[in-house]
Amino acid sequence: MRGILRVAFKLLVNDRGKFAALIVGITFAVFLMVQLTSVFSGILTKASATIINVGASVWVMDPAVNNPLNSIQLPDYILDAVRSIDGVKYAVPLYSGVALVKLHDGVYQPATVMGLDDASLVGRPELIAGKIDDIFADNGFIVVKDEEFSKLENPEIGTTFEINDHRGVVVGIAKVASSTLFGIPTLYTTFTRAIQYIPSTRFTIAYILVEPKSDKDIPYIKNQVAQAGYLALTNTEFQQLIANYYKYQTGIGTNILIMTLISFLVGLSICGQTFYTFVLENLDKFGALKAIGAKGYELVYMILFQTLFTGFTGYGLGVGLCSLLIAVAKNKVPNYAADITYFNLGMAFLMVLIISGVSSFIAVRKVIKIEPFDIFRG
Amino acid sequence: MAEVAVQAVELVKWFGAEDIRTYAVREVSFEARFGEMLYITGPSGSGKTTLLSMISGILRPNSGTVVVEGKEIWRLSPNELADFRLHTVGFVFQDYHLFPKLTTAENVALPLILKKQDWDESLRLALEFLDVVGIKDRAQLPPSRLSGGEQQRVALARAIVSRPDILIFDEPTASLDGATGRKIIGFIKENLLNEHRCILIVTHDARIFEYADRNLKMEDGRIVEIVNGGMGGLSEA
Repeated sequence: MRGILRVAFKLLVNDRGKFAALIVGITFAVFLMVQLTSVFSGILTKASATIINVGASVWVMDPAVNNPLNSIQLPDYILDAVRSIDGVKYAVPLYSGVALVKLHDGVYQPATVMGLDDASLVGRPELIAGKIDDIFADNGFIVVKDEEFSKLENPEIGTTFEINDHRGVVVGIAKVASSTLFGIPTLYTTFTRAIQYIPSTRFTIAYILVEPKSDKDIPYIKNQVAQAGYLALTNTEFQQLIANYYKYQTGIGTNILIMTLISFLVGLSICGQTFYTFVLENLDKFGALKAIGAKGYELVYMILFQTLFTGFTGYGLGVGLCSLLIAVAKNKVPNYAADITYFNLGMAFLMVLIISGVSSFIAVRKVIKIEPFDIFRG
Repeated sequence: MAEVAVQAVELVKWFGAEDIRTYAVREVSFEARFGEMLYITGPSGSGKTTLLSMISGILRPNSGTVVVEGKEIWRLSPNELADFRLHTVGFVFQDYHLFPKLTTAENVALPLILKKQDWDESLRLALEFLDVVGIKDRAQLPPSRLSGGEQQRVALARAIVSRPDILIFDEPTASLDGATGRKIIGFIKENLLNEHRCILIVTHDARIFEYADRNLKMEDGRIVEIVNGGMGGLSEA
C-alpha cells in the first residue's frame, strides 16, 4: 500500500499549481478559523480575569450579574447570612469598582479598584515587589503589572498618585494570571479604603467570596443562598456565566460563529472545487490505473491520502501562521485578546477533517464511477 | 498446436436502454493461442474495442463467456478481476495514458507498484524494461518531454514490465507515422512474442497488417472473416 500512496503523493505535489491552491485554501481557512476563535477565547479569558485572578471557590452575587465589572452591590446582612450557612468555612466581602487616577502629566486614567477583606486579604494577588502588609499603610495600593501597567506610567514602589482626589501610594507590584478585557489598569487595596476613596451606593459589597468546608457542601450553600434571593456560583460556573453572556447576549459570539462558518465554507469551496478539478483532470489516469489492475479501495485510499495530506499540511501552516500573527500582535498591542486553546485547535482540526472528507467524497464518487472501458474508448 | 490463451464464446454486448438498444458485439466466438499475434481489425464502430475490453476483463458482456488461461473471467469477483488484469494482462492504450506528473521510470513501474513490490526494486525493473525498449536514457524525464514514439515505448514497457501472458494493444500505431509504427510492431513481434505469450492488437492501420499471425475482421459487431497471416492468408470463416 505504501507504493500506491507514494504514487498518490507524487501525483498531488507534482501538480504544483493545484497543490499550491489547495494548500493556500486550507491554510487560509484554518488561519481564519483559529484566529477568530482564538480572539473569542481571548475575550472570554479576559472577561473572566477577575474571577481567575481572585480565585475564590464560590462567589455570591446578585442574580442579575452577568459580567464581573457590572456587579450589583449586596446588602451587608447577606454577608452575615452566608457566614451562618452550614458548610461555609469562611466568607469575605470583595469590593470592585472603577476610579479615576490622575497621572503626573495631568491625564486621568480609569482604573479598576479591587477592595480586599481587611482581615484576611482573601483574593490578593501574588506580589513581585513589596510586602503585602504594606497594603495597610496609609494610602497603600498594590498595582498589577499586566499589559495595562504602562498606562499608570510604569509606577514603582513609593510612587504617589491621585485617585478620586485622594492620595495613593504604590506599596507593592503584583502579577496576575490574566489582564482584564477593558484595557484599564488594576489596583488592589483594602475593602475599607476602597469604599472610602470611591463614591459608593448604600451597599458596598460587590461579591462575597466563600470558601466551603468541602466540595460536598457547595450544593447546600448554593441552595441556601438561592433561598435568600441571591446567586452562588463556583469559580467555573461564574466563568461559564460570563462566557454565556458574551456568546449569547452581546452578539460577539454570533458574529464570531458566523465568521468562522464563512471561513469554513471558503476553505471547503476552494478545496472541494480545486480537488474536484484535480480529480477530473486525472480521471483518465485513475481509469488507466483501474484498467491496469488497481482495486477500487486502492483508488479510494489514494484520494483519501491526497486530501488528508493536503488538509494536515494546510492545518499545520494555518495554525503556525495564526500563532505567529498572535505572537506578533501581542508583542505590539499589549491588550490584544487572543488565546489559542486546545478546543480551538481541535475545532479547526475537525473542520479540516470535514473539508478533506467532503472533498474526498466528491472525488471518490467520480473515480469509483469511472469505467476502464471509457479509457479504451478514448 | 499451441495451447489456447483466450477463448471467447458467443459474446454479446449492447449499449442503451431496451427500446434504443445498440448492439456493439453480436455473438462473437474465437480463440487466440499462445505464441500468436492476433489482430482485430475493421472500420470504426465495428465493435473491435468493445470485444477487446470484454476479453481483457474491463467490460462485462451481456451474454457469452470469456475463458483466459482456462479461467472464466466474468465469474470472478471485482477484486479477483482486478488481480486478473494486474497479473495476466498488459495494456497499451491508444492514448498511452501515461502519468505526466511521474517520471518515465515511475510510469513503467506502476504495475509492479500495484503488485505491492518494493518501490526501489520496481524502479530497477522499470529501468531494465526501458532498456529493452531502448529509452533507458529517458528514465528520469516526464512523459511530456518524450516524442510520440518514445511515449509509445514507455506505454509498451509499462505493459510488459510485470511479464503478463496476454498483451493487449489498442490502436498502437494510430498516432505514429508509418515507419515508426512498423518499427514498433516489428519490435513487439520480434522481442515480446513467445510461446508463453499471446498478443492481441486492435487496429485499422493497414500498414501493419503484415505482422499479424491471424486477422479477425469485424463489421457491425460480427467477425466477418478470419485471415491467417497478413492480408493474404487463408480465410476460415
